[in-house]
Amino acid sequence: MDTSVDNGSITRSDTPLRVINSKTPEAIVKTTQRIRRSFRQIRTENVFKRTLVIMGIIMVLLVLGILLTLIVQSLPSIKALGPKYLWGRVWDPVQDIYGAWPFLLGTLLSSFLALLISIPFSIAVAIFLGEYYPKGWLPDLLKNTVELIAAVPSVIYGFWGLAVLVPIVRNMESHIGVEPIGVGIFSSSLILAIMIIPYAASLGRSMIQMVPSPLKEGAYALGATRWEVIRSVILPYTKSGLFAGILLSLGRALGETMAVTMVIGNTSIIPKSIFAPGNTMASVIANEFTEADKSVYLSALIELGLVLFLVTVVINMIGKKIIDRFTNE
Amino acid sequence: MNIGSVKYRIGKSSGFQILTMVLAFACVVPLLFILFFIIQAGITKINWHFLVNIPKPVGETGGGIANALVGSIIIIVVASVIAVPIGILAGVYLAENRKSRLAYWCRLSVDILQGVPSIVIGIVAYFWLVKPLGGFSALSGSVALAIMMLPIIVRSTEETLKLLPDSLKEAAYALGMPFHRVIFKVIVPVGVSGILSGVMLSIARITGETAPLLFTAFGNPYLSTNVTKPMQSLPLLIFNYATSPYNDWHDLAWGASLILLFWVLFLNIFTKLITRKWKVQL
Repeated sequence: MDTSVDNGSITRSDTPLRVINSKTPEAIVKTTQRIRRSFRQIRTENVFKRTLVIMGIIMVLLVLGILLTLIVQSLPSIKALGPKYLWGRVWDPVQDIYGAWPFLLGTLLSSFLALLISIPFSIAVAIFLGEYYPKGWLPDLLKNTVELIAAVPSVIYGFWGLAVLVPIVRNMESHIGVEPIGVGIFSSSLILAIMIIPYAASLGRSMIQMVPSPLKEGAYALGATRWEVIRSVILPYTKSGLFAGILLSLGRALGETMAVTMVIGNTSIIPKSIFAPGNTMASVIANEFTEADKSVYLSALIELGLVLFLVTVVINMIGKKIIDRFTNE
Repeated sequence: MNIGSVKYRIGKSSGFQILTMVLAFACVVPLLFILFFIIQAGITKINWHFLVNIPKPVGETGGGIANALVGSIIIIVVASVIAVPIGILAGVYLAENRKSRLAYWCRLSVDILQGVPSIVIGIVAYFWLVKPLGGFSALSGSVALAIMMLPIIVRSTEETLKLLPDSLKEAAYALGMPFHRVIFKVIVPVGVSGILSGVMLSIARITGETAPLLFTAFGNPYLSTNVTKPMQSLPLLIFNYATSPYNDWHDLAWGASLILLFWVLFLNIFTKLITRKWKVQL
């Protein structure tokens, strides 16, 4: 072979190019072989392209499949219990009474309390890393450590919370005159608050770094102090981005299962205060799914999963939309 | 303008700077507490015996977590075998077809998948595999974890390939290479560091996941290597033993927590280091 393109790699010999005499039978065989090979490659190429498309379709089908499975499996409970299931105040599977309100309330209380506790910290990290010290080894260390907070498995947070945090909370509760139980919504909010810091912090940091410097320089030129620049230029400019980060944190907090299950106390009674034990949607599913012996019971739990799925999807989508709009501006 | 008010404003500014610093560094404190406490509680439990034995029944001291270690490794390997090829190919699809309608829906699905609570994926895997197959199995747990790995792999592959210059691809096409060869011989090898770090991040993420395994792999007090049967894994063992009332079991759970924590942190830090070395943007 003189000069040929063989399977995509080029081999070259020192002999000069030879004009192939297409009349000789040997050359005809060679040419047909080449044509066949090209056809084979085109076929493989098409198969490969189709495989890629199938992979794309698989991703879409996966999400549709999750949604459909949840809907189909929760149909028995939707039919039997109707929409009043969502604000039913009693959950008593033994008596066949199913009301999701205690879990909705537990989820909302623990998540929003966690958000409230974590916001000052995550915004502080975002401002510190985004504005005060964007470069250097100490901020780098802080950034990486904060990201590691998200890496710790939630079951370890739960175990630590159970062994360390719950006794501390119990102690505190007996000091402020609440019934000292330790486990409960407050404990799970504390754990959740730690776990969700990195999400808002890292997003907030990148948003703050995107503030155009002419804006900041203008404010400095007018005699503004560092804090005044942050308050009246950076925060207003990144408002929507910070909000998106907080939304993503909220999405995490709503769906978090293991850490919450381990410290929330797992009772299906409507919590009377933030120190009372309770249950979230995710934790009740984790606790009772394998025990559910009746089909309505099981499908009531799945309906909780469906609600959880829809809520987190909506929250995440709003967050993503805000981020997209912010980064495109 | 009087001097007092200027001084007040400067003071206020530095006051807020200090407050921000204090709050920012306060975030690290809980992590250090957790690390310290887990090391303190777990380090004395870990020895050779702990790594090669299976848990003893309540009342007998000793015993180890060999079944959970083996189970975790099997479940993660099977999950990776499922998720890595699908994830990389889907990522390639998204990077190659940026504007098509399917790509839009695919991207949206990946975004949705990323936010789905892990417990919901557990429920779905239960109905897709556990119920049809007639029992809890490690395979169903692997599928649940694979679903959780997919969005991370797809995203990192897509983002990495998008950054590659078009000239690379054009040069390969100009030499007459067919599309699949361009992808496998040029595009993927150049972007391998980014893709690899995505894969490792996804493994780090699923290693500690418990919720999807609760109704799928289910847990098993004995050593099992059969993927069609229930299997123990580290996070499941920690959850079951930590919530039990027995001190011996708590000890096992502390040791297992330490191993799991170091495994996950090692994966994360290692990934960070390779991404920094190869200057990959994730």
